Amino acid sequence: MEGIGNGALKMERISIAFPGVQALSEVNFEAGSGRVHALIGANGAGKSTLMKILAGAYNHYTGEIKVDGQEVKIHNPKDAKDQGIQVVFQEVDTALIPYLTVGENIVMEQVVHGMKRKYWIGWKKLHRSAQQALERIQAKIPTDKLVRDLTLAEKQMVLIARSVATKCRYLILDEPTAPLSSNETEQLFRLIRRLKSEGVGIIFISHRLPELFEICDDITVMRDGRVVFAGEISSIDQQGVVEHMLGMKLDNQFPKKERTIGKVSFEVKAVSDGDKVRSADLYIREGEIVGLAGLVGAGKTELCRVLFGASRLSSGDIQLRGKKLLLRSPHDAVKGGIILVPEERRREGIFVQESVSVNLTVASLNRFLTWGPWVSRAKEKQASQDMIRSLGIKTPSDQTRLANLSGGNQQKVAIGKWLLVDADVYIFDEPTKGVDVGAKRDIYELIAELAARGKSILYASSEMSEMMGITDRIYVMYDGKVLKELETARTNEEEIMLYSIGGVSR
Amino acid sequence: MNAVETSRKKSFSLLEFFYKYGTLITILLLIVIFGTATDNFLSGSNIINILRSISIITIIAIGLTVSLSVGGFDLSIGSTASVANALVISMFVWHGQSTGFSIAVTLLFCLVVGLINAFLVINFKIQDMLMTLATMFVFQGVALTYTRGATVSQNMILPNGDFATGVIPAGFKKLGQEPWIIIIMLLAVLAVHLFLKYTKHGRYMYMIGGNPEAAALSGIRVGRYRLAAYLISAVFAGLGGIVLGARVMSAEVNSGAPYLMEAVAAAFIGYSVFGAGKPNAFGTFAGAVLIGILSNGLIMLSVPYYAMDIVKGSVLALALAITYYKRSR
Repeated sequence: MEGIGNGALKMERISIAFPGVQALSEVNFEAGSGRVHALIGANGAGKSTLMKILAGAYNHYTGEIKVDGQEVKIHNPKDAKDQGIQVVFQEVDTALIPYLTVGENIVMEQVVHGMKRKYWIGWKKLHRSAQQALERIQAKIPTDKLVRDLTLAEKQMVLIARSVATKCRYLILDEPTAPLSSNETEQLFRLIRRLKSEGVGIIFISHRLPELFEICDDITVMRDGRVVFAGEISSIDQQGVVEHMLGMKLDNQFPKKERTIGKVSFEVKAVSDGDKVRSADLYIREGEIVGLAGLVGAGKTELCRVLFGASRLSSGDIQLRGKKLLLRSPHDAVKGGIILVPEERRREGIFVQESVSVNLTVASLNRFLTWGPWVSRAKEKQASQDMIRSLGIKTPSDQTRLANLSGGNQQKVAIGKWLLVDADVYIFDEPTKGVDVGAKRDIYELIAELAARGKSILYASSEMSEMMGITDRIYVMYDGKVLKELETARTNEEEIMLYSIGGVSR
Repeated sequence: MNAVETSRKKSFSLLEFFYKYGTLITILLLIVIFGTATDNFLSGSNIINILRSISIITIIAIGLTVSLSVGGFDLSIGSTASVANALVISMFVWHGQSTGFSIAVTLLFCLVVGLINAFLVINFKIQDMLMTLATMFVFQGVALTYTRGATVSQNMILPNGDFATGVIPAGFKKLGQEPWIIIIMLLAVLAVHLFLKYTKHGRYMYMIGGNPEAAALSGIRVGRYRLAAYLISAVFAGLGGIVLGARVMSAEVNSGAPYLMEAVAAAFIGYSVFGAGKPNAFGTFAGAVLIGILSNGLIMLSVPYYAMDIVKGSVLALALAITYYKRSR
């Protein structure tokens, strides 16, 4: 098995344009073998595009790519793989075939490319080599399990195993820790250190600064399609990275808490969904931001969906201003004054073939009607342009198709559409997931503004710093139950973490 | 961002141009070719002829466009047209009913057809194309059973040996002749165009077609809109069958079936017109015009009827190639 090399990977003067956007201009990038290289930048800065070029996803870029000082042509994914460049993309599901086994998914490439004169699949051999790959990364996943039954973290492991099963000199990890619990992240880091010691060059894309400083040796910061900083990570601090990303000084990330909290408006009593949520109780007052903490898999997303009528309520009561709500569908929830910004926004929140404007107004379309059912383009345009401005969405116009926007800007649109709805209760499920630092601050501010207008806000997140920074009160979920209620002012990250892992205080 | 603004103009490309205007250019080219190659292709009567020949396809295809807009696919439209054709003619010939009553009963029955389709597709979560493939056979069978496999027309011989005494009213006959048949078609196109493009309901239907899960989580009642789409689809298919009845003054066995594939072709060609990238009423009309001109011109050039499907199929393949080539990038 290969995997050890000393050459450096160099990208020189890389430029690429897409309809409406100059995504990269004259970018230089260098990654060494046996080193972990951090790549960071705001959404739309061009990180993913740069890595996709390396992975052979595009063939219309200009500039040179060199491996070991030799110029190489990378115009399709196979070219990249021949050079030993492997990528684990953020959306792990797109790279896996759910109804095949772990083993088949791991050795898929050998099966596809290595079967030239063979017609029969050797199942024993297949599972043996898959097992070897899994052992190499020390993952304990049975090779005969179906991929659709795996957790996100396990799927990621399968993809990494697939990468190391073939020639792997450079491994690109695109936001690998975003869906992982802290335990799983630790496990991933152990694996990264192992691969590093074997001489694999790792390029690590993440928005979580502390992680980068923990695991990486070098760092490249991008902004607006250009490299703004490159060097050893020890030569810069977190504050410096953020300043380079934003191109400005960053003061306090979270808005000040000056809230006037009213009476209880939203009450949830003993709610269960018959599966992941078990008898959850909580209440939110007017103008209050209530955090829903807990690890990935604790049932936060499931509870949010039940409160929005997107999952079935098997028992319990949901009350708004003392009135019981019957939520059979999200439509009932929106009508009743409850909205949800879902976690999986790319899948659940946006319409990529439609324009920014259409996406923004979909949930509040009734406000933009004239003469009965006719949509007023003028009103719609006005509202979308206001929202584009206040969220800082980077788009050529409000009529641009969403597919042409970067991932982070699509996220902003997915959130923006709910800000146009006048509801009483706003439920946010990981609203800053995959969003860059600058946009995060915009989102915090918008949420604080909603609270200032007397709205009740439920904020589900697994980021402890957000819990401390933005909420007034916190409910900690563990194993589908609301385990503990905490006053934000009288708690700390350690205590939240303790309850998140099911601990009890002394 | 300045970079964004300045590079916007550069996005013009030949492929983009063909994608947006390919259908219209093809139509113009065909008109030029047929116009120069034959004597009376461009005569007023022939143009009316073409419009009349595509009117039934267009009406049926417009209904299909609505079902496509919610991400559905109603394959039963041909059979629905057959049922409507048989029902409306039998109302006159067998039961001696008035025009208004006969049409009302027929459209009502079509609503039931749409209801059945929607119920099966929505409640059993079966792929639309598969489910409506099944109902296509069912409704085809319903039409056959209803007419006992015979052609329904004036003075037909009934199973008991008598002649049918009912007559088809002259007023009904007018629906199948110009200008009415063309007016009905244009009204159908206009109504669905306005509905899909400018109303909230049309907007919601496209959202559902684009991403059903996101649409549901945006508070749109996905089930209801899909039901509505299938009802609209069945009603237009029924209208097509009625107009067909008025045009030929009889109901032949499986009379609606040949219209299915041409309607599908028209609607899919329509995806790309003006770069819409989704089902749309004007696009569907343009698709039907393309098919109509092609058939008419080929007849005028004395291409034998048995070879015509080769050309028609090739044009559809070309249109789909342009549409999906663009989509996949």
